[in-house]
Amino acid sequence: MKTYINKFFYGDYGEIETGVSSTSTESSWPLWEIFIRSKQGLDHKHVGSLHAADAQMAIENARDVYTRRMEGVSIWVVESKYITASNPDEAGELYEPAKDKIYRHPTFYNLPDEVGHM
Amino acid sequence: MEVQDFVQKNSLGEKLFQQKIDTETKIEPKDWMPDAYRKTNIRQISQHAHSEVVGMLPEGNWITRAPSLKRKAILLAKVQDEAGHGLYLYSAAETLGISRDEMIEQLLTGKAKYSSIFNYPTLTWADMGAIGWLVDGAAILNQVMLCRTSYGPYARAMVRICKEESFHQRQGFEILLVLSKGTPEQKAMCQDAINRWWWPSLMMFGPRDSESTNSDQSMQWKIKRKTNDELRQQFVDMCVEQVKVLGMTLPDKDLQWNEQRGHYDFGEINWNEFRNVVKGNGPCNKQRLNARKKAHEDGAWVRAAAMAHAKKKAENVKQNAA
Repeated sequence: MKTYINKFFYGDYGEIETGVSSTSTESSWPLWEIFIRSKQGLDHKHVGSLHAADAQMAIENARDVYTRRMEGVSIWVVESKYITASNPDEAGELYEPAKDKIYRHPTFYNLPDEVGHM
Repeated sequence: MEVQDFVQKNSLGEKLFQQKIDTETKIEPKDWMPDAYRKTNIRQISQHAHSEVVGMLPEGNWITRAPSLKRKAILLAKVQDEAGHGLYLYSAAETLGISRDEMIEQLLTGKAKYSSIFNYPTLTWADMGAIGWLVDGAAILNQVMLCRTSYGPYARAMVRICKEESFHQRQGFEILLVLSKGTPEQKAMCQDAINRWWWPSLMMFGPRDSESTNSDQSMQWKIKRKTNDELRQQFVDMCVEQVKVLGMTLPDKDLQWNEQRGHYDFGEINWNEFRNVVKGNGPCNKQRLNARKKAHEDGAWVRAAAMAHAKKKAENVKQNAA
């Protein structure tokens, strides 16, 4: 069986047309990202990834791997190649502009104590 | 990019990288990192994953022979956990750009190592206890440290693993505790297992600091946060106290409290044995790898069939839509 080094990084697949599965062997199962809702009322949260032939199998495997101790009540799976991630090199442009807008935070406003909790 | 620019970018990158490490900012998959950091993490995480997977073999050996249904269910759950731990770690390594297939290939061809402890045989039921208490106990010290490792996905995998691992150690200690209160034969079996697993467990922490090749760089990058010798000492200090609860002894006549150091002194490890098992000449090296290869080859048709089935199903959906 011939294998290749995969130079795609996790969460990086959006920029590349083919994604992770096509670079592995023909019979290799693609990579899926797993999101678990730990209880009703909370968001699904990324917990890790696993390989599976299709979405149904990804859910079944995620059940076995990520919810063995009742860690979840709902599972989302998405093939890793469909995730587009922001580039850390662009962190400045993306997040810096929020830094000088401190008036967006409630603590920016000094109110007299008489107002009480607001 | 000009060569000059490239070098400059890299050395600047390396400086920023070390700054992040120094200020306890975790490194995430898409962040720039030195090649050697990537390689070291790939090597360490994949070897860790292989250890979890090969670690199922000595215990799997006892699932059908566990003394009661309760013990069987527990051992099954434990071995299933190890498979899960292997998977968390393989996923973490994959974020660094190596494929699962390549890691498996490295394991099966002997290019990648796994923890030597699993090359020792499991001769009696008491070995399940000794493995849980000593082997998992030693692993936990290492893993607790790794919960704070600098590479984010590795640290997160370790947090998950540590949560599950303490069940492993406690069930092992409980197996020994029950035996230690049993018949003379059961007591003897308990002591025998401790005798056989004690020294190999100490070897799990790796060579002495003075001979460990990767240690300095790994400490600087905060991949590791404690040295081999520090962790080994911590383990000895812990076990000396715990073995008293069992009413058993550790097979080391040099064990002695050292007032000055505030630690227990212990005897010299047989480093020749250590090197030999690492080199592949341990009691079960061949057996373990062959079992792994056989499982991988026997499973090939299942993996291919599942893929073929998935493709066919996807095509059917497409046709029905058209």
